Amino acid sequence: MLELLWLVPALPLAGFLRLLFKAGRLSRKSIAITGVGSVGLSAVIALIIGVSFITSPPPGYVYTQTLWTWIKIGNLVSEVSFYLDTLSLVMILVITVVAFLIHLYSAEFMIDEESYSRFFAYMNLFAGSMLILVLANDLLLFYLGWEGVGLCSYLLIGFWYKDPLNGRAARKAFVMTRFGDTALAIGIFLIFNNLGTLKIQEFMERAIHNWSPDSAIAVAAAALILGGAIGKSAQLPLQTWLPDAMAGPTPVSALIHAATMVTAGVYLIARTNVLFTLAPTVQLSVAVIGALTMLIAGFSALTQWNIKRVLAYSTISQIGYMFLALGVGAWSAAIFHFMTHAFFKALLFLSAGAVILALEDEHNISKMGGLRRQLPLTFWTFLIGSASLSALPFVTAGFYSKDLILWEAWSSGNRWFWTAGLIGALLTSIYIFRVVFIAFFGEETVRVTRKPKCLMKIPLIILSVFSIIAGFIQLPDTIVKFPIFSDFLHRALPATKVKYDGVNVQLTLQFLTSLVSLSGIFLAYLFFLPHRQFTRSFVQTNLGSALHSYLFSGWGFDWFYERFFVRPFIWIARIDKDDFIDIFYLGIAWLNLVFHRLLRSTQIGLVRWYAMGIGIGAVITLVIVVFL
Amino acid sequence: MASIPLEHGLLLSGLLFALGLLGVFMRRNIVFILMSIEIMLNAAGLAFIVAGSRWSQPDGQIMFIFILTMAAAEVSVGLALVLQLYHRFKTLDADVASRMKG
Repeated sequence: MLELLWLVPALPLAGFLRLLFKAGRLSRKSIAITGVGSVGLSAVIALIIGVSFITSPPPGYVYTQTLWTWIKIGNLVSEVSFYLDTLSLVMILVITVVAFLIHLYSAEFMIDEESYSRFFAYMNLFAGSMLILVLANDLLLFYLGWEGVGLCSYLLIGFWYKDPLNGRAARKAFVMTRFGDTALAIGIFLIFNNLGTLKIQEFMERAIHNWSPDSAIAVAAAALILGGAIGKSAQLPLQTWLPDAMAGPTPVSALIHAATMVTAGVYLIARTNVLFTLAPTVQLSVAVIGALTMLIAGFSALTQWNIKRVLAYSTISQIGYMFLALGVGAWSAAIFHFMTHAFFKALLFLSAGAVILALEDEHNISKMGGLRRQLPLTFWTFLIGSASLSALPFVTAGFYSKDLILWEAWSSGNRWFWTAGLIGALLTSIYIFRVVFIAFFGEETVRVTRKPKCLMKIPLIILSVFSIIAGFIQLPDTIVKFPIFSDFLHRALPATKVKYDGVNVQLTLQFLTSLVSLSGIFLAYLFFLPHRQFTRSFVQTNLGSALHSYLFSGWGFDWFYERFFVRPFIWIARIDKDDFIDIFYLGIAWLNLVFHRLLRSTQIGLVRWYAMGIGIGAVITLVIVVFL
Repeated sequence: MASIPLEHGLLLSGLLFALGLLGVFMRRNIVFILMSIEIMLNAAGLAFIVAGSRWSQPDGQIMFIFILTMAAAEVSVGLALVLQLYHRFKTLDADVASRMKG
């Protein structure tokens, strides 16, 4: 059944093409069937492939499918071929299933939208590009998917393009990720130039043989790839595009944050783990970047009023967790957290979307309140998502993945990373339960005008179930030794190097993690439900308001970039408007104008002048022919 | 039969051609311009006939028949245009029709 692999990315792309070429000639129903159905079929095929991969694994747990040779110039050979191992299998399963649920939800969410067809076309292209990215067997095809994802994020963030602010947010996302993309492209050139191959597995093998650990070339290659990952995954210092990306429709945010786009960086680092093992300094910086981003974004999330911006900062922070895990060599823990995060973050975004739709496009949580009674289903799904995000012990998926990361960060030997992770966990449960308590508890202040119907309810319920049970496939040693997921992934990814071990220590740490998560929820309850007045008055003090506005603006990164990059750039562009290159082109334009005037003066409309012209021309021609 | 020298015939046809060309340049009346063009055509035809008789070949006269046919066709188109011009501008002055539009 593995031969069906090519259909997984091909189906969403086919859906995109159908919507593109039949735009305006399809009814809303058939648009939805095409858009949702293509991704749904792709998910079904991915599930079939998954089952047959597990029941009758291919030799070496690797299956490669080569479709055709794409480019062949000299020794540059690039094939359109897909590489399926346990890592990419997990990725395609999560991507197709989550993307399908989001598509299903959008079918109802976007029903009043004018450009219904355009929306689904972009969404399908998005899912297709992401699938190409994770399945690609060589770096060039990988880069195609990578850029496709970038393009779709631009198109979808600016989906409501009539508002210039949305266009601005889309451009910002595009330009910010471009920095990372350029670094990645240079990294690919470097790898091809040095190792002579674009095949991901081949170049990693050659890298082990040809490059000595910590050599300059290995560090450079790993650093450039890290640059690409930072841009796409919105990590420090390129994280500023993600909060603004909330300008797009809510299902788009769900798709960007849960299944596609931002997790591409995590996948890239996990896929090229050999390079990072060869360059330990770069790997350490992955962990440092992850830890810092996690804390910075966590603090910013505390102060946001826009429900979607809270979730955006939360995504940055959770991707920071994954980077932390990658940095300490806990490869499978990072992918495990990616999976649970995909479920609960999609759930949170879709629930937030239901709230926003119910309140007629209200994003501000300070204007919400008591929604618990009016939107019971959405309340429960949001609560489950929040519980999973804040790692509520034992019953949620988020607990198991976060606990695994923290434990492996501890056992890798660096206590600072563990401490940062713990603070991050505390922040996470405070900021997300702040939203829960403010929006869903308290007095009822708004009236709900529209409740989610069937198509929106089903994805919410399925994702809630996943947000709870997805953790049970990887249970820690302390409860019962059941590491199915990491055993499965270890066929593609190296196991974590453990320095410290011991069930007792692990138990203590688990207890601490649970305590932190619960106390975060309790603190959120104290500050934002019974003692909200106290919190408000703190924010109104001088120190409080300064701190609040500093965190609210995302630690002033936008301000800094505006001052030090955007404005100098615009200034240089302005003073350099008329440089010597322009003079050359202006000269061409001037010459054309002169000839134009000259020739125009001969066209005066007098027949006798034309006859004279012909006569003189004939005489000149005769003179030339006869005498020369 | 005393033959006319080639030079005389060519001189006559050249003179006629020059007269016709001057007529096209100088005349403003479009009917006279058409007539001048006829003269130029006939001058060219005369040159063909003179050359044909000089080398005793029938090609020159065949060519003249072609020119006659062409001239007839040209006159029919030209006169139609003259009628249109007169209809529109109420004059036969070619310079009046110097506007590029309309």
